[in-house]
Amino acid sequence: MVRFTAVGLRYPSPDGQEGPEALADLTFTLPEGSFTWLLGASGAGKSSLLRLMHLALLPTRGELEVLGVRVNAARRGALPALRRRIGVVFQDFRLLPYLSAFDNVALPLRLAGRSEASLRPDVTEMLRWVGLQGKELSLPQQLSGGEQQRIAIARAVVTRPALLVADEPTGNLDSHQARRLLALLAQMNRLGTTVVVATHSEDLVEQFPAQALLLEDGRVVHHG
Amino acid sequence: MAERRTRYARDPLGLKRALSDRLLPGLVAAMALLAALALAGSRGAAALKDRWQQGAAAAVTVQLPPEQAARMDDALSLLRAMPGVAAAEAVDSARMRELLRPWLGEVPALPLPSVLELRLENLSIDPAPIGRQLAEAVPGAELEAHGIWVARLAALARSVQGVALAVLALVVGVAVAVVAVATRAGLASRRQAIEILHDLGATQGDIAGRFARRIGLLAAGGALAGAALAVPTLGAMASLAAPLSGGVVQPWSALPWLDLLLLPPVAGAIGWATAQFSVRRWLKRLP
Repeated sequence: MVRFTAVGLRYPSPDGQEGPEALADLTFTLPEGSFTWLLGASGAGKSSLLRLMHLALLPTRGELEVLGVRVNAARRGALPALRRRIGVVFQDFRLLPYLSAFDNVALPLRLAGRSEASLRPDVTEMLRWVGLQGKELSLPQQLSGGEQQRIAIARAVVTRPALLVADEPTGNLDSHQARRLLALLAQMNRLGTTVVVATHSEDLVEQFPAQALLLEDGRVVHHG
Repeated sequence: MAERRTRYARDPLGLKRALSDRLLPGLVAAMALLAALALAGSRGAAALKDRWQQGAAAAVTVQLPPEQAARMDDALSLLRAMPGVAAAEAVDSARMRELLRPWLGEVPALPLPSVLELRLENLSIDPAPIGRQLAEAVPGAELEAHGIWVARLAALARSVQGVALAVLALVVGVAVAVVAVATRAGLASRRQAIEILHDLGATQGDIAGRFARRIGLLAAGGALAGAALAVPTLGAMASLAAPLSGGVVQPWSALPWLDLLLLPPVAGAIGWATAQFSVRRWLKRLP
């Protein structure tokens, strides 16, 4: 479950002072096992909201609860374990350029302490699922944008996270790959993962009707 | 390829590229060499000080002119009765000839003065009144108190030791600064990778540990090279300094081997601790 209660977020301004609120008065709850589309125009605050959900940022006011943990009150040392239960597909992929496709996907498992022998089947299976079998040893710069995005998706889901947040995950995918990704997200959701996907693609939303959060100028204007 | 994958899998931050295995070890090697010189200087100064101080108590000699040689026993009795004199012994003629042989060669016909060695109870006793009383009783008797000079040399040795330790402290301080700068450079070049690992759930200890292990290893390697360079350098210096220690010490046995052996692990520990501190401090900016 993800619960926002009167959450606000300010980024620091260049002079070190607090800037204007990028997100304001966000109050909503995403039930455990739900699927939510995050919609809104560019600059509405979708990426900032997702960054709050996967704990890359902490709210400057209000209360945030993620997977049963009250983030504001949690010890700093408790957050890494919580982050490992969250899968993230970044808009800009954020792959490590000196790691192979296999090692990029295996990274969350290694950070979680999984042994090399036990992680190999999972990573291989995930790479096969996103259609990158045979490219395990390729470096990101040797792959196309769509292939890099698929590595980022595989990395996000390989740990079978309790919460999966994805920021424009189909931006670099063709329609076939986009449908495959949506099928993967739906399958994970059926298995109990709470899924939040930010997108501009109306086609994608039509293919998988679900609840939506509509953001406008950093505020939720529609939830349902 | 599989080997490359394994190597990078163990180094997800790419620190083998970000933290050069040349610059930091090179700097640490130079500092380890300086530290070895400072340590050797400190140890050598301490040894000289002890040696000189041990000899200082016996460093008073009395010389009787040849015409007063018959009064040797009177002089000995007088000196032994004086307060502050722990012992007084005559130096026999055979030992005198032995001591003079390096400078004068065999001198069987040369008239030699009669010499007595005094051992004072402690270095604070002023030998001048003893010399005056002796000269009144035995005209022409002269007393030379080398202890004063030895005490001054010992004080000089203590100063040298202090300077060497100050240099050592300075070297350690510079080493910490160099490691901190190298760590910050590594943090700057791997900022995005750190943020990715952080977002994927890496702990501060994990990230800081990876930096600390890499930097500790580089520092230890550099110090090993510096210690290896120090061995011939110190050996040459020990040979030059041999006359100061009686000329009987073998250069290799005079080297501070334990200090040299400890340099790599100590440098590694300094690098490890400095990197841990620097990285954890930097990571505080992340949530």
